[in-house]
Amino acid sequence: MLEIVTFSLLNGVVYGLLLFMVSSGLTLIFSLMGVLNFAHASMFMLGAYFSYQIGRWIGFWPALAIAPLLVAVIGAAVERYGLRHVHKQGHVAEILFTFGLAYLIVECVVMIWGRNPIENRVPAVIDFPAFHLFGTSYPAYKVLMMAISVGMFAFLYLAFRRTRLGLIIRAALSHPEMVSALGHDVPRIFVLVFAIGSALAGLAGVIGGFALLTEPNMAAALGPIVFVVVVVGGLGSITGAFVASMLIGIVQTFAVALDYSLLDLFSVLRVSVGRDSPLYELATVKIAQAAPLIPYLLLVVMLIVRPRGLLGTREA
Amino acid sequence: MSDSADTAGAGRLEALRGWAWRRRAWLAAVALLIVLPYVPGLDGDFGRSLLSQMGIAAVFALSFNLLLGQTGLLSFGHAVYFGLGGYAGIHLMRAINGGLPIPMPLVPLAGAAAGLCFGMLFGALTTRRAGVVFALISLGVGELVFAAMRILQGFSGGEEGITANRGAGPHPFGLTFGPQLQVYYVIAFWTIVAAALMAAFLRTPVGRMCNAVRDNPERAAFIGYDPVRVRFVAFSVAAMFAGLAGGLHALNYEIVAAEAVGAGRSGAVLLMAYIGGVHHLFGAVLGAITVTWLQVSLSDYTTAWQLYLGLFFIAAVLYAPGGLAGLLSMHRPILRTRAFFDVVKTYAAAGVPLLVAAAGAVMLLEIIYRRATQPDAGAQLRLFSFDWDTSTPWPWLIAIALLVAGGVLFRHVRPLVAQAWQRASDEARAAGAIPREATR
Repeated sequence: MLEIVTFSLLNGVVYGLLLFMVSSGLTLIFSLMGVLNFAHASMFMLGAYFSYQIGRWIGFWPALAIAPLLVAVIGAAVERYGLRHVHKQGHVAEILFTFGLAYLIVECVVMIWGRNPIENRVPAVIDFPAFHLFGTSYPAYKVLMMAISVGMFAFLYLAFRRTRLGLIIRAALSHPEMVSALGHDVPRIFVLVFAIGSALAGLAGVIGGFALLTEPNMAAALGPIVFVVVVVGGLGSITGAFVASMLIGIVQTFAVALDYSLLDLFSVLRVSVGRDSPLYELATVKIAQAAPLIPYLLLVVMLIVRPRGLLGTREA
Repeated sequence: MSDSADTAGAGRLEALRGWAWRRRAWLAAVALLIVLPYVPGLDGDFGRSLLSQMGIAAVFALSFNLLLGQTGLLSFGHAVYFGLGGYAGIHLMRAINGGLPIPMPLVPLAGAAAGLCFGMLFGALTTRRAGVVFALISLGVGELVFAAMRILQGFSGGEEGITANRGAGPHPFGLTFGPQLQVYYVIAFWTIVAAALMAAFLRTPVGRMCNAVRDNPERAAFIGYDPVRVRFVAFSVAAMFAGLAGGLHALNYEIVAAEAVGAGRSGAVLLMAYIGGVHHLFGAVLGAITVTWLQVSLSDYTTAWQLYLGLFFIAAVLYAPGGLAGLLSMHRPILRTRAFFDVVKTYAAAGVPLLVAAAGAVMLLEIIYRRATQPDAGAQLRLFSFDWDTSTPWPWLIAIALLVAGGVLFRHVRPLVAQAWQRASDEARAAGAIPREATR
């Protein structure tokens, strides 16, 4: 039991950190520009594919640095040459633009790497057991995933809190007109933030690509969960995104390990459900089977209980 | 006595004629729907099935237009109500197969009822907010229902879906609903009924309030209408018609699978409604016809049709936010001017280089797509009725040359279009066809 709890907790934290890496970029972009970037999960996917390709050419460690930078350049280009022109048509047009972009990125990925999943294996340099616990080994790449995400956040936190550029970005988050009046180029800050957010998603793609499946559908699979994180945490709140990422990551990982259904609960409570009952099928669903549902159930519950999200302040 | 009866009859005839004249567009649509399956080219099973698909898509896109175009709610999960309506329809069909004495053409009503119920259920949760938050939540609800349908195999049949037989049931007037033509007329009937009901809904006070809430929720609240309630009503009505479309889908295909509630279908209806134009109800129909035709016919020619559809959508977002209907209605004021002929001429002049550039782009994309997705198919590629050998540089060079030449020429011709437009709209304004402030 303790073994399951420990490993589920470790895996849940790794998954949660991954979710946070993607959702923090999304939140950053949203709170600065009010743009809900539907192509954000596509940046995650591009990170995974780029690191696979670069890793095959020159090795894993350079890929770890180059792939997120490439994604950042793409993100900056999207803002500079696409979104900026749609901006004047309002938020719906912006969302639709990024939605169409996500569609196109999938097709481009198919065009370059094909429709089937690619063999994005864990690189040999980090494919060894890091430590043993209860007689089971824990892989090093998961430790690396954790280390990279934590290190990245520490770096970003310090950069935002301690540097002049961070100060300007934080000011532009709340008072863009005033920052602009003080002589700072706010559109350039937009491009920069878009690039940083995309790079975070790209980095998550690099380290998440071989833990998940690298395929053209991976953006569509992760995207909705990231959006749930952003809503549950409270739109525009980075801390909320962190709490929600961890919550969803850990709960979903634990759910996969639980092999119980409502039927088991009923038998403990001595309630019997007939086989003919229309709800019988619902009662036989195991928690592990229902794990993909959990983030969305959490969303619905949150909407009923607390519509503005865990730490949200902004009423949209 | 016979005199007064005559005048009464003439008066009634006069009233009828007036009624018919006011609704001439609708009557023309009905006539068109009756004639279409006999038009050469559409009179086979393929053509009639294409028309049926277009009808279903039109109802679905119209219901999406109620949300996005009329109430300003951008939904990424509208297929939920389509799919659940489809499941209600297919389960009713199975019950009819089992002996329930209900004629098949009423199956879509079960879909509409299911759409309405689930629309009210989820609408109560999701319409509290509009804008970006609503979009996000609709996406989440869509994923929730999709995941649930994949888990509840007994109800939904999962990915394989569940089937029914539309031929096994009561046969009113000897209609078996086996041939596609009979199903087409059932679909056409429900399409016109749904379209008329939706148009009528928009003319009721609550329909007008939908537009008010879209344009300025604060002012709507100030004059005493709760925007949340208006949104809820619009959402439920839209979900009902989406459910109706789902019921038609069940009747037409005799199968409903989890894919019917999926994100792909939600995205497709968004593309239809937007490409057609969200500001006009007619735009939804136009978009449904265009996108369905693209899906069916383009996928025969190329495996990259989704890429073209995506490019088409992005082009609409960037250059034609009013969609096809917006582009068409833009020409209405200048239609009667003398300069309109010049506009058409410059369109023709600009169209040629645009087509050349498009041909180049299509060639490039096709070559790349083919090489990436079917590497075993060899280097030979048949395109524009020529055979190309993609292992030599020639196809690439020709494609790039077409693209560049077309692009450069287009840049030179484009100002001419703008000039002709300017002349035409000046003329229209002088004639009083456009009020001053409404010009672009």
